[in-house]
Amino acid sequence: MLSIRNLKASIEGNHILKGINLEIHPGEVHAIMGPNGSGKSTLAHILAGKEGYIVEDGEVIFEGKNLLELAPEERAREGVFLAFQYPIEIPGVSNTTFLKTALNEIRKHRGLSELDAMDFLTLVRKRMKLVDMDPSLLGRPVNEGFSGGEKKRNEILQMAVLEPRLAILDETDSGLDIDALKTVANGVNSLKNKDNATLVVTHYQRLLDYLVPDYVHVLFDGRIVESGDKTLALELERKGYDWIKTKAGDSK
Amino acid sequence: MGKDREHIDSLTQKEYEYGFITDIEMDMAPKGLNEDIIRFISAKKDEPDSMLRWRLKAYRYWLNMKEPTWAFVTYPPIDYQNIYYYAAPKKKEGPKSLDEVDPEILATFDKLGIPLEEREALAGVAVDAVMDSVSVATTFRKKLQELGIIFLPISEAIREHPDLIKKYLGSVVPPTDNFFAALNSAVFTDGTFVYVPKGIRCPMELSTYFRINAANTGQFERTLIVADEGSYVSYLEGCTAPMRDENQLHAAVVELIALDGAEIKYSTVQNWYAGDKNGKGGIYNFVTKRGVCHNHSKISWAQVETGSAITWKYPSLILRGDNSAGEFHSVALTNNRQQADTGTKMVHLGKNTRSTIISKGISAGYSNNSYRGLVKIGPGADNAKNYSQCDSLLIGDRCGAHTFPYLEVDNPTANVEHEATTSKISEDQLFYCNQRGIGTEEAIGVIINGYAREVFKRLPMEFAVEAQKLLTVSLEGSVG
Repeated sequence: MLSIRNLKASIEGNHILKGINLEIHPGEVHAIMGPNGSGKSTLAHILAGKEGYIVEDGEVIFEGKNLLELAPEERAREGVFLAFQYPIEIPGVSNTTFLKTALNEIRKHRGLSELDAMDFLTLVRKRMKLVDMDPSLLGRPVNEGFSGGEKKRNEILQMAVLEPRLAILDETDSGLDIDALKTVANGVNSLKNKDNATLVVTHYQRLLDYLVPDYVHVLFDGRIVESGDKTLALELERKGYDWIKTKAGDSK
Repeated sequence: MGKDREHIDSLTQKEYEYGFITDIEMDMAPKGLNEDIIRFISAKKDEPDSMLRWRLKAYRYWLNMKEPTWAFVTYPPIDYQNIYYYAAPKKKEGPKSLDEVDPEILATFDKLGIPLEEREALAGVAVDAVMDSVSVATTFRKKLQELGIIFLPISEAIREHPDLIKKYLGSVVPPTDNFFAALNSAVFTDGTFVYVPKGIRCPMELSTYFRINAANTGQFERTLIVADEGSYVSYLEGCTAPMRDENQLHAAVVELIALDGAEIKYSTVQNWYAGDKNGKGGIYNFVTKRGVCHNHSKISWAQVETGSAITWKYPSLILRGDNSAGEFHSVALTNNRQQADTGTKMVHLGKNTRSTIISKGISAGYSNNSYRGLVKIGPGADNAKNYSQCDSLLIGDRCGAHTFPYLEVDNPTANVEHEATTSKISEDQLFYCNQRGIGTEEAIGVIINGYAREVFKRLPMEFAVEAQKLLTVSLEGSVG
């Protein structure tokens, strides 16, 4: 589904990614862990098409298409979804309007008919239960005045409605208490199927207790220095990132 | 960053959609302005002598007036002798039905997406179509007549209802009010007159489409709406104009009178040609709009301003009667090299008078958008209340937004509130929308429509839909 080959990228002259290789197949959950500044969020941003990064080498193939050549909205319509670490506020635009516009753009791209207001609301109400979200948030402006937890739930609600092929969760656990964390993880779990995949970017292991990955990759200094199964995350938790730093230093 | 700048540039540089010119034989007065031209206009309109004297008085006054310079706009000096003051499609008599309307005019309306046939069929909307100063079709007149409602081109009203005209024309905006109002009073060629009798609720939205169509023809419309005691009327004004290279002057005057217990809603969607993206051409829109409220009456202005090279416009209200109320809801969008200096004046004279001002400015490209508003509480206006909210939204970083609020409070019991915000459509917001599958163009549309929603809510339903489209169209282009 997603194939990242030797991806090198920089921002404002700083080399952040120094040759990333990663294969993700349908039905899989991958976690990318790593210390601050290792390039985790940069990878998520580049996959989503955020501006400001320069890709210097390598390629990213998503469902047979060269992802890096597509505009951000085209990537989204193809099924790439990024749950933002810091969801953006859009004053004046209601959550309903925003989400309905997004869904219909994606449906149009997939050759489906646009949903009318009634069908859309039926769908959203159903999906809201997955993330245990207060229905009154639907009528409010996008993320404006939302608590940290509400913003993250709103991201997962959007994911539930838009049904991406590949969901990238960028530090979705940050700022969540343990109950909210469970709710969000349960929401993501219930959306899992054999055709979609999830890429979880996180600093801490705790989210992975609930959102169990098939593969764990450790990113350090712009490279994946270690890959393994879920036990790798536990090992990291126990030994800390210094262990990886030493290891990466040794292999140089 | 660079790519987003390109996006915004391409979005904000769309060519004017309604740019085309109708070729109709014109019946023109020679260029320039003097007393003979005014006599010519008055004679063309078959006006009573008193009207001609009224015009000449205004003209003589105008000669000694100076063009105002206080607005935050710049433009080359206007040569008032280089303008045609009268142009009309050639027609001996007004048409009695659509069949008699020049097919080319109908085709023009078609291009604008407002075919008269459709309008006529649309339940509840009466259209008094004005093209180049002369009415070419009037619909629904009969139905209105049954209720005693007068809805006429003002030139007909001057002939048929001289008493009402004499009583109310110039009673809110006297000919001596300001430079452009004086000019309008001297040379206005057509416009609309509405009179709603006591206790009558006008059952349909009244609407007029204005359109400037002749090169170098000043457009001097005059609108007068009188709502008699306890009556109600909602009036819609909307306009588009064809592309032209030379600037065209538009100096309209609108007067509203709400007698005791009456209510007037006046809604405008203004889309005059704004000039090309380098600021060449476009309409100069210097308009005086004012209403007066008597006891327990209410007037609401709602406007969506997207067009014109220069807009100079302050729909205002004089709350003369006790317990009267005024509202002003405005969206003004400027793009490219457009300049807008717009706002309102709320003059509280009566006791317990209330006014609300909601102004939403949107600036893009290299444009300048100013809100200028006055709230004046007179010494006799006990317990007057005003709430003003003036928001500015910037798209890109080369445009300007300015707010000039003036407060004059001469009564200690007054309660006056003013809030202002300035915000910007950020790259993060656009990326967030993009990442959800919404293209940049659509995203800007969604964001500005959300921003302006409070004002759209005030517009009649179908007008609101049209206005939303217009805002998006005014900013969109081919996304690169």
